[in-house]
Amino acid sequence: MLEKSIQELAKGLRNKEFSSVELTKSYLSRIEALDKSINSFITVASDQALASAAIADETIANGTPNLWTGIPFAHKDIFCTDGLLTTCGSKMLHNFEPPYNATVAQKFIDAGAVCLGKTNMDEFAMGSTNENSFFGKVVNPWSETNELVPGGSSGGSAAAVAARLAPVATGTDTGGSIRQPAAFCGLTGLKPTYGRVSRYGMIAFASSLDQGGPMAKSAEDCAAMLQLMAGHDAKDSTSIEKEVPDYLAALTGDVSGLKIGLPKEYFNEHLNDDIAKVLQDAIKVLESKGVEFKEVSLPNSHLGVPAYYVIAPAEASANLSRFDGARYGYRCENPRDLMDMYMRSRSEGFGDEVKRRIIVGTYALSAGYYDAYYNKAMQVRRLIKNDFETAFKEVDFILGPTTPSPAFGAGEKGDDPVQMYLEDIYTITANLAGIPAMSMPAGSVNGLPCGVQLLGNYFDEARMLNVAHSYQQETDWHTHKPKNSLTEL
Amino acid sequence: MSVSPDDIQKMAHLSRLKVEDDKIEKLSADINNILGLVDQLQQANTDGVAPMAHPLDASQVLRKDEVTEPNQREKYQRCAPATEDGLFLVPKVIE
Repeated sequence: MLEKSIQELAKGLRNKEFSSVELTKSYLSRIEALDKSINSFITVASDQALASAAIADETIANGTPNLWTGIPFAHKDIFCTDGLLTTCGSKMLHNFEPPYNATVAQKFIDAGAVCLGKTNMDEFAMGSTNENSFFGKVVNPWSETNELVPGGSSGGSAAAVAARLAPVATGTDTGGSIRQPAAFCGLTGLKPTYGRVSRYGMIAFASSLDQGGPMAKSAEDCAAMLQLMAGHDAKDSTSIEKEVPDYLAALTGDVSGLKIGLPKEYFNEHLNDDIAKVLQDAIKVLESKGVEFKEVSLPNSHLGVPAYYVIAPAEASANLSRFDGARYGYRCENPRDLMDMYMRSRSEGFGDEVKRRIIVGTYALSAGYYDAYYNKAMQVRRLIKNDFETAFKEVDFILGPTTPSPAFGAGEKGDDPVQMYLEDIYTITANLAGIPAMSMPAGSVNGLPCGVQLLGNYFDEARMLNVAHSYQQETDWHTHKPKNSLTEL
Repeated sequence: MSVSPDDIQKMAHLSRLKVEDDKIEKLSADINNILGLVDQLQQANTDGVAPMAHPLDASQVLRKDEVTEPNQREKYQRCAPATEDGLFLVPKVIE
């Protein structure tokens, strides 16, 4: 049951092989037994989940289910859920029960899906290891003797799906926060085109980069999730009014004649040998399916991380100014006056990485430095976008590594933020350009899963999912799962 | 470019954040490292390149100015730290 796809689970529910209540209970009992060690959930919504499952079972009995009726899933704790604690991994929101649903959350509710709970994350989605959560770090279920990070910021969602504590989970990706944890935990994860999925009710980090997306065991499940999540939303003026294609129908497995580019800036002496081998193997599989590979160039890709660490903190410093202790969230004890309330509520409510980024952002936007930093970064952003546009005139997709290495040990990167930022070197440019990108498991390095990244042109998610699906028809890396004391009952 | 602990304190104040004295040195070092990374941007030739604020160069859409939401003041204030008579309560602003 734990390995079934969404479509298989839906079929099982319709055929009365199991009920949604039984399915939901089986996941809730796994969470109860295993998540003390993994810490992938901040909130487990047992009562609400069982109530939704009972309603779903009625819908199924009445013969009117859709694909998602009665299917359990988990939300990253960045999506506002009406009346259900939504923390964004921060002390600032440790007590925040939103009075409304994010559009993405509403879509899952309307479809009759069963929310098991809210998953752990780096505070305000700032981090690549999940070590920045106020609610404690998440343990990668692939850890054996050494405790490994699950990646971040959607590390709780990744760990939950990898440990089979949920069939699928939502994530968000501002610089790699879906793809990097997907790679570290052996999942398939997709960051859609900017504007494809509504950001309404998704707590903002960097508004021109943030995008919600699916994290799942396979490209097929990602397609099923994206079908539900995508679409224009009048409540998000940056969401795009463009028809949502049938993503599941696009999974024909036929990729013959497609051209995929290999950027020479990724395939160089800096690329880890083990990862290079995984990439070569993946290329061979796709070649056998009729894909043609050719070298392309993304000459400004090395400027992605520097541009990101101006733009993202600048937008964060503005977005996070809303946390003032006045209307919701954390307020310090006995504020003397208004300034004291702002200063102490924010200083006590935010963690170190969040404060660092707010200060960097404030600096980058301040008079005298705006042109040197923010304006320059926005110009470089266009150069990066132009690189992709040039490449996509010659090829349909681009293939490369998702991460510089497989999952590393907790605390291993030390406390230099820059070392941590360089983890996202391969993922960040997709956010800057706004193009869709996904990671799929494509090999193993020292027994740990290793991801390969596909980058596509704007709104080309359907064909990109088909490339991943085609690869997954030929290989079984996406079916590998951790088997140890963290994941076995 | 590098910033001094005084600059950091100034930026922290503008951000309404307090940095404890024993943390300022480490924070200054971290931020100078970040600015060192960011300074790589200066290598790029961006003459005549228009800044890109939004991935799709989309323009802001407008909607009709109509009331669409019901009044749910009580529900919205349920998550507030302090309220009184339907108002958000904050420390005294005007003497």
